Amino acid sequence: MLKLPIYLDYSATTPVDPRVAEKMIPYLTEKFGNPASRSHPFGWEAEKAVEEARAEVARLVNADPREIIWTSGATESDNLAIKGAAHFYSGKGKHLITVRTEHKAVLDTFRELERQGFEATYLDVMENGLIDLAHFERAIRPDTILVSVMLVNNEIGVIQPVAAIGEICRDRGIVFHVDAAQATGKTPIDLQELKVDLMAFSAHKTCGPKGIGALYVRRKPRCRIEPQMHGGGHERGLRSGTLATHQIVGMGEAFRLAREEMAVENERIRMLRDRLLRGLSDIEAVEVNGDLDARVPHNLNVSFAYVEGESLIMAIKDVAVSSGSACTSASLEPSYVLRALGRSDELAHSSIRFTIGRFTTQEEIDYTVDLLHRQIAKLRELSPLWEMVKEGVDLNTVQWAAH
Amino acid sequence: MFSPVYLDHNATAPLDARVLEAMLPYLGSRFGNASSRHEYGRQARRAIDEARAAVAAAAGAHPTEVIFTSGGSEANNLFLKGAAACLRPAAVAVSAVEHPSVRESARQLVALGWKLREIAVDRAGRVEADAFDAALAEGASLCSVMLANNETGVLQDVAPLAGRARAARALLHADAVQALGKMPVDFRALGVSALTLSAHKIGGPQGAGALILDKRVELAPLIAGGGQERGLRSGTENVAAIAGFGRACELAIAELDGHARRLRRLRERLERGLAALGALVFGSGAERLPNTVFFALPGLDGETLVAQLDRAGFACASGSACSSASPEPSHTLLAMGVAREAARGAVRVSLGRGNDERHVEQFLVALADTASRLKRMPAVAV
Repeated sequence: MLKLPIYLDYSATTPVDPRVAEKMIPYLTEKFGNPASRSHPFGWEAEKAVEEARAEVARLVNADPREIIWTSGATESDNLAIKGAAHFYSGKGKHLITVRTEHKAVLDTFRELERQGFEATYLDVMENGLIDLAHFERAIRPDTILVSVMLVNNEIGVIQPVAAIGEICRDRGIVFHVDAAQATGKTPIDLQELKVDLMAFSAHKTCGPKGIGALYVRRKPRCRIEPQMHGGGHERGLRSGTLATHQIVGMGEAFRLAREEMAVENERIRMLRDRLLRGLSDIEAVEVNGDLDARVPHNLNVSFAYVEGESLIMAIKDVAVSSGSACTSASLEPSYVLRALGRSDELAHSSIRFTIGRFTTQEEIDYTVDLLHRQIAKLRELSPLWEMVKEGVDLNTVQWAAH
Repeated sequence: MFSPVYLDHNATAPLDARVLEAMLPYLGSRFGNASSRHEYGRQARRAIDEARAAVAAAAGAHPTEVIFTSGGSEANNLFLKGAAACLRPAAVAVSAVEHPSVRESARQLVALGWKLREIAVDRAGRVEADAFDAALAEGASLCSVMLANNETGVLQDVAPLAGRARAARALLHADAVQALGKMPVDFRALGVSALTLSAHKIGGPQGAGALILDKRVELAPLIAGGGQERGLRSGTENVAAIAGFGRACELAIAELDGHARRLRRLRERLERGLAALGALVFGSGAERLPNTVFFALPGLDGETLVAQLDRAGFACASGSACSSASPEPSHTLLAMGVAREAARGAVRVSLGRGNDERHVEQFLVALADTASRLKRMPAVAV
């Protein structure tokens, strides 16, 4: 029996895996101590759990546990990394580089730094959503101190070439931050190999709880950041505030499961994604946004031409999807990520992001394909544009009358 | 399993079972991102709206004045740094007994051209009105005075200070983290510009807090991004913890009178016993939280006493958890003019919902035993 609406919005947030929730519950009941309490077993027990979770997070990305700082989520991690490094290294230069398709947590933080006197370059992406390395190298200046590029894009799922970017940054002594919120459990991350100095993680995109994330801060060669939250000196002075033990335990367990199950799970998810893609490919005038090879298997972002975006969302209410990222979905602006790929406003508006995850079933995918076939056909029946296209009119040559 | 008696509720309080019940759906089937426009998202948004109303009601504020954060420390940072970013640098004045998240945030402003003024307290730990006036006269435009101290439990009479601040066109913030749930907290009656709250001190979960902010006060966010919380605090909302915070606030308000009365009775019983042992209770000359006793037994080291009490099955603290890694004596006590040696003797007992008369009696017996044992071992006495 299908439960409606079908959840295909795993990039917005994921359910907490029941095994994760189970691991969290004791820390919401009898093991309630504050890990900073040094004088009694309630505190010691909590601290031990926090350190075990830290080791699990480190293990997924092949880092040292001492390189992991707890935060309230990836947005805070991005803010801490970017402002923290920019301020610490501002004596060396004031130029920063990022990409137009980054998450708002990165872009808004860059805007804030620009207001404070830093200069920023926002790289364009190619039509497939990836950055052009030669173009990136040309953007580097002698006073460039920080580069921030996400590993996996939240809207189109493409994987940026962070290994190559890291080499270039390391050669030139530039701090390299990577937002990996959408990457953990979806693509392998090896921080012994990657020349990445800072990396932001989130639990709730990887079947862990909301309200918890982490920042990786490299020890060798050492990357320095200025703390953004001050107080009791938790997290070696880099992030003060009582640690939320149950959430940390949940993140540790979520990342442990990701490490153990990723290989098998991703094959299953790839099969479902390909089934969805095949199913939708029969529909006329459908385009996939973003590179299909350099992409996590969880994501399919599709534009349905000659369909009005809002009507489309209304017509497929039985599937919970988004037309952009959740963070910007409150606005009716077309996705800035799709615009950066060169999509028109109209096409960006009629695009849907399908993101698949641990609990998605084949039955749900089949239902979704069938629903889209029916509803797109119905919407196009009402569309005068579609009628013109079917009659062979090239819409680009039409002279529209002004109102 | 042997379970010690928990007497450290000011560090963190156990989660109320009714709060857990309110949180579980959001760790289960209602997992949506509150920014999503589909049904999963709307469920999450509704939970946050309800919690916002409950938190506002508990603090005598309007729901639109509530900004959810990851906790009290973040709320304190947000107000001090966020308000300072929108003001011309002048002086920032904080009381000498503030939580480290207030003191350190204020200290950060020095690098931005602000002068830091510490407002002195009297021997009982109360902010001196003259010292507050002096800070205002010296041009303090940003001030912070806590409602109740985390170590001594001493209460500050914030409302008159807020009046003085308003007259001087200064902003006054109050950290109400320890006060909420133990005494009435009313944003309007206090007349402050902002108030900090935390969930995990009132039987809610760790990982949720709030800044209550007068909307006329301009604030720059600490965390930029998706624009959540009216752009003042970006990041996907921690729905389960926020729902738990809301429920904890409802319970705190509904049960405040009985709870505070019960705690006060337990504390009085404890203090009678302590007096019989010759203990010195810090801040005893002031009005204090009904659950907190910060005391010393003459000649005995606090750290040692706390370690021995732990072995006897009682979890208490030698000071605040946030600074429990540092061997320095409590800055609160030093600010009250307590000598360093005496301050090193400090032990904090903070009572909560799970404690009863029996715990207090047993604790007093264990304390008397421990003290007499330690006194026979001159090496550990100070």
